[in-house]
Amino acid sequence: MGTSFTVFLKEVLDNFRDRRTLGSALLMGPIFGPVLFAFVINLSIERSLESAETTLELPVIGQEHAPNLLSFLHSRNIDAVEGPVDEAAAMEAVKVGTHDVVLVIPEAFGEQLSEMIPARVALISDQANSDADRDARRARNALRAYQQTLAGTRVMARGINPSTLQPLNIDEVDVSTPSGRSAMLLGMMSYFFVFAALMGGMYLAIDTTAGERERGSLEPLLSLPVTRDQLIYGKIAATCLFMTLSLMLSLTAFYVSLKFMPLEQLGMTPNFGPAVVLAALAIFLPFILVGAALMTLVASFTKSYREAQTWLSVVLIAPTMPILIVSILTLRPRTEFMFIPSLSQHLLLVDMVKNEPINGLHVAISVASTLVIGIVLTWACARLYRREGLLG
Amino acid sequence: MIIVEDIYKSFGKVKALRGVSFDAPDGKITGLLGPNGAGKSTTLRVLYTVLKPDSGSANIDGADVATNGLAAREKIGALPHGAGLYPHLTARENIAYFARLCGLDKSEIDDRVDHIVKLLEIGEFAERRTKGFSQGQRTKVSLARALVHDPQNIILDEPSNGLDVMATRSLRELILKLKDDGRCVLFSSHVMQEVAALCDDICIIAHGRVAIDDSIDGIRQRTGCDDIEDAFVEAIHMVEPE
Repeated sequence: MGTSFTVFLKEVLDNFRDRRTLGSALLMGPIFGPVLFAFVINLSIERSLESAETTLELPVIGQEHAPNLLSFLHSRNIDAVEGPVDEAAAMEAVKVGTHDVVLVIPEAFGEQLSEMIPARVALISDQANSDADRDARRARNALRAYQQTLAGTRVMARGINPSTLQPLNIDEVDVSTPSGRSAMLLGMMSYFFVFAALMGGMYLAIDTTAGERERGSLEPLLSLPVTRDQLIYGKIAATCLFMTLSLMLSLTAFYVSLKFMPLEQLGMTPNFGPAVVLAALAIFLPFILVGAALMTLVASFTKSYREAQTWLSVVLIAPTMPILIVSILTLRPRTEFMFIPSLSQHLLLVDMVKNEPINGLHVAISVASTLVIGIVLTWACARLYRREGLLG
Repeated sequence: MIIVEDIYKSFGKVKALRGVSFDAPDGKITGLLGPNGAGKSTTLRVLYTVLKPDSGSANIDGADVATNGLAAREKIGALPHGAGLYPHLTARENIAYFARLCGLDKSEIDDRVDHIVKLLEIGEFAERRTKGFSQGQRTKVSLARALVHDPQNIILDEPSNGLDVMATRSLRELILKLKDDGRCVLFSSHVMQEVAALCDDICIIAHGRVAIDDSIDGIRQRTGCDDIEDAFVEAIHMVEPE
């Protein structure tokens, strides 16, 4: 134990001295993610709020044919502006992107309306362009509302209650809670935590295997009166420490950056206070061992620092795969999922953020199975460290 | 005291060692001499237990390197070929790390490190990080690291590689001092003159076999060459390539 501790202390000191690597591992990974996340979320919130409030300037061809329609649109915060000369020109303009949406009112519009023939109007947009689609949807909804108003007036003129035109009254009830809605969005947090934790230990995992060999310090080390198991355990312990530091930084950065996201405006209240941060740390801790041992294991197969880096970038992605698959298939947490490291931590975190009761059995399985896998991987590392081929 | 008995070692199809035997007694300097690829490093690696022999045995003060590696390692200080340092640690920290791993007491470590730093004239750069050290400085620190726990048996793999005249000279003085202290010093080289100037016994190996194991005069006699370089070449030709 004393020997492993000596190795641990040396690796910690060594890694702290390596400012550049430390910087990229402890700053880029854990902090860059949440900051980027906050930025993107803020941007999308701003945009969705802005589109409802601002006046839409809609190019309209043939404004003189439908003054009533125009004033209705105006009441809906849509202002008609001068558009292209004719329908063909409008289609061209939308295609090349000069305008997003163009409304065309043909000359016959008024006549058709008064003769009770469905009056043709054309709404030209590019539906592949999501930005334009939002404007088009606003224009379309306004036109539908106008249509409804007209229909109501017509049936009323014939002495019929306009509500006969509305046989159904659809009442949508959304049972999602503000924390539940935020979980969908914040489910992405798990990626950042898994990623940050792995990033924090990656360089050390490479350094203790391929790096030590490439530097030529492995052979002197192995010629000392210590067992190789003692060496590798000390090294894995140091890797775990840096992964934990990185994870803690990432959790804190997220906690702070959430304060700068106006999520309430989207009707979301994530349950991510200090207590949840600490609980998340506790739940992710067993995963640290799995990550450290896995990275050390993979790195010890490689011949050089560069090769190890290449392989470990694959390892960085691997634990996020189960999370991704479950997110895409929107599977509900199941007991058997709790046996899978990274996935079980993700699902438990989502439950916490949703402020749902945590299943004690799930926590127990997650912790136990992740720890067992971590211990098995650590043992495998020690086995690999004992073989002669380690020297390359 | 190092005793090597009939060691065989293959890497796949390459037969690196084909029955190597020799002794390296205490109070003497034994040179392992041979051309590149003769099996010098492989032999030494077996002795400091990072390689296991396919057959045959070797022991260090009675501790078998294959079956009791830990005990064997306790009795040696090894300088592997091209040994590297930890660039973010100072020279002193590099040495102290190995002292701690060798199980030296906390109270002892500082004294031992001071002593070895003085002995090897490291003082000037002891507090500097080893990144950017010259080859000579690196070798000195690696050597200090290998000797810090005061081992009885010292195994050096081509220690003079890349050293300038001054550094080579102080290395030679150090090796002679270790001999006078009654240590067993075993070192490898491919430079005949260097070995001839230092060693009491010379074991010339070629193609994984021992060609001659004798004193410098014995080698001269047996090869019939007065010139040491000629004697070396003659000895190498005594071994049939595989």
